[in-house]
Amino acid sequence: MQVDWFPLWLSLKVAAIATALSLALGIWVAYLLANRRFRGKEVLNAAVALPLVLPPTVLGYYLLILIGRPSPFGRLYEWITGSPLVFTWQAAVVAAMFHAIPLLVISARAALESVDKSYERAARNLGATEWRVFWKITLPLARRSILAAAILAFARTLGDFGITIMIAGNIPRRTQTVAVAIYDAVESGNGALARTLVLIISALAIVILALANRLAQRQAA
Amino acid sequence: MLELRIRKRFPARPDSAPFSLELEFRMAAGISVLFGPSGSGKTLILDCIAGFAAPDEGRIMLDDEILFDAASGVHLAPQKRHCGYVFQNYALFPHMTLRQNLAFAAERRPRLERHRKVNEMLERFHLTDAAGRRPHELSGGQKQRCSIARALIGSPKLLLLDEPARGLDAPLRSELYQLLRQVRAGFQIPVLLVTHDLDECFELGDEMLVLRDGRLVQSGPPRSVADKPASVEVARLLGIFNLLEADIVELNPQRNLSRLRLGDLEISGTYFPGRLKGDRVWLCVRPDQLTAGGRDGAPGPNQIPAQLLRVVEAPGAVRLEFSGGIRVEVTRPEFERQKHNKEWVVGFPPQALRIV
Repeated sequence: MQVDWFPLWLSLKVAAIATALSLALGIWVAYLLANRRFRGKEVLNAAVALPLVLPPTVLGYYLLILIGRPSPFGRLYEWITGSPLVFTWQAAVVAAMFHAIPLLVISARAALESVDKSYERAARNLGATEWRVFWKITLPLARRSILAAAILAFARTLGDFGITIMIAGNIPRRTQTVAVAIYDAVESGNGALARTLVLIISALAIVILALANRLAQRQAA
Repeated sequence: MLELRIRKRFPARPDSAPFSLELEFRMAAGISVLFGPSGSGKTLILDCIAGFAAPDEGRIMLDDEILFDAASGVHLAPQKRHCGYVFQNYALFPHMTLRQNLAFAAERRPRLERHRKVNEMLERFHLTDAAGRRPHELSGGQKQRCSIARALIGSPKLLLLDEPARGLDAPLRSELYQLLRQVRAGFQIPVLLVTHDLDECFELGDEMLVLRDGRLVQSGPPRSVADKPASVEVARLLGIFNLLEADIVELNPQRNLSRLRLGDLEISGTYFPGRLKGDRVWLCVRPDQLTAGGRDGAPGPNQIPAQLLRVVEAPGAVRLEFSGGIRVEVTRPEFERQKHNKEWVVGFPPQALRIV
C-alpha cells in the first residue's frame, strides 16, 4: 500500500505553528485575566471559552465570514500577501488555534494565579518592574503547568476536523490534514489508509498525553 | 527615620468582625519591635509601609520622602519605597540559586558593581559556599541569612521583618538574633520587627511598640514597658504578671505609704500618685518579685496565705501556682529548701507592688 504522508506532516506543521501562536496569545490573555481589572473582562473570559461549547461548524461559519475574501480582514490579508487566506494551510492554522487558545488561556490563567503571591510581592519590594516580575518570577514559576497545557493543546489541534474543513477545505496535498484525510479515506473506501492513519494518530496522542502527565506530576513534586 | 500616622478601616464581613487600624509612631535607627497578639494588625502595618496596602487616611514618611499621603493622593509603588522586607516564609525565589536571588535584588546597580556587591553580601552573611544552591537545598539558617542579605543588598532606608524567628529552633533563633544585632550595628537604618514573643523584644528591641486591636497601647524600651505596663491591657498582653484585683484603702503621700485590700487581707505598698482612696485597681507584680515560704503561725505583714496547687518546672527556675491565681517564681535551691511546707504564705514586697 502506498501511503501518502503529506496529511501527517501538514497536521504536525499546522499543530506546531498553531500551538506556538496560541501560546503567545494565550499567555498574554491569561495575564490580562489574572492580573488586570478592566471593562469587558467577563466578556473576554466567556468569549475565550466559547470554542469549547460551540459546534465546530458554527465556529467555521463565523470564521468564513470574518476572514473570507470579502471581509475586511480577508482583503487586508490578500493585499499584504497577494493571495487569499481561506482554503490554504494557513487557514488550517487559524482553525487549529481556535481549539488551542481556550485550553491554553484557561490553564495558563490558573497556573499564573496559583503562583504564590509572596514571591511576586518580594520581587516588587526588591524594585522589579511589573514586566520583570512577570517574566522573571511568575512565568518561570508557572512554566511547567503552561508547558503541559501547551502539549495538550498541540494534541488537540492535531485532530481538528470541523473548523478546518469549513475554512481550509479538503484539497489533497494542499490543505488536507490527517483528520480530513481519514474522513476522505473512509468515504472513498480506502480502509487500509484510514486504519494506518488512525493508528498513527492514536499512538501519537498516547505519547503526548503521557508526556503532559509526566510534566504535570513533576510540577506537583 | 520613619514617621507614620495611619488609619485604615475594614467593615464587618460575613466571615470577619470589623477591624480598624489607627496608630501613630516614629522610629529612628535601631531595632523597634512591634509586639502584639495574632490579629492585632502587625503585618498590615508592615504592608502599609512597604506599599502592599493603602491606608484610608494619614501619611507615611521615610527620611524626607513621602511614601504615602492620603491628603495629596501620594501612594508610591512598592518598587519605589526602598524598604527591605523579610517575609515570614522568606519568599526566596525557588527557581533561582542563592546568588541569583541576590543578583535579582541588586538589578538596579550597574553590572560591575552588582557583581561586587553580591560577592560582598555573600561573604558578609557567610553564604559564599552555598551561592550556587537553590533555596530547597539550603539549611534553615542559610535561608534566613539569604533573605536578610537579599533585603539589604539594595541599600534600603528601612528594614521590615515579619516574625523572622517563627518556627525556628533555639540555636537558629539565637543565630538570628546575633545576625540582627550585626545588622543594627552595620547598616545604621531603622529596623522594624514584628513578633509576638516577649523574649525577642528583650533580645533585640531598642524600642517596643505594643499593639492591640489595631491600636498602639504603649511604647518605650522593653525594660520600662515590662516594669511599668501602662494599663491592665498591656500587662495581660505581656503575659508575665500576676494581676490581682485590689481596693485602695489608704493613701499617705507623706510617709510614701499605701494600703491595699486583696479579698479580706490587707497589704501595704508605696504611695501611688494619681489614685484615690477607694479606687478599685489591678495589682500588677511579676512572679519573680514575689516570695513564697512556709506558714508559721499567723501570716506576717504583707504575707497572704495560699494553697499550692501546682509546681511547674522551668529551665533555671520553678514556678509555683497558688490558689487565687497567684504565680511565684523561685530558684531551684530555694524550692528544694521549701518543698516540704504544708501550708504556704506568699510575700508581697512593698517596693515591688505596682498598680495599673
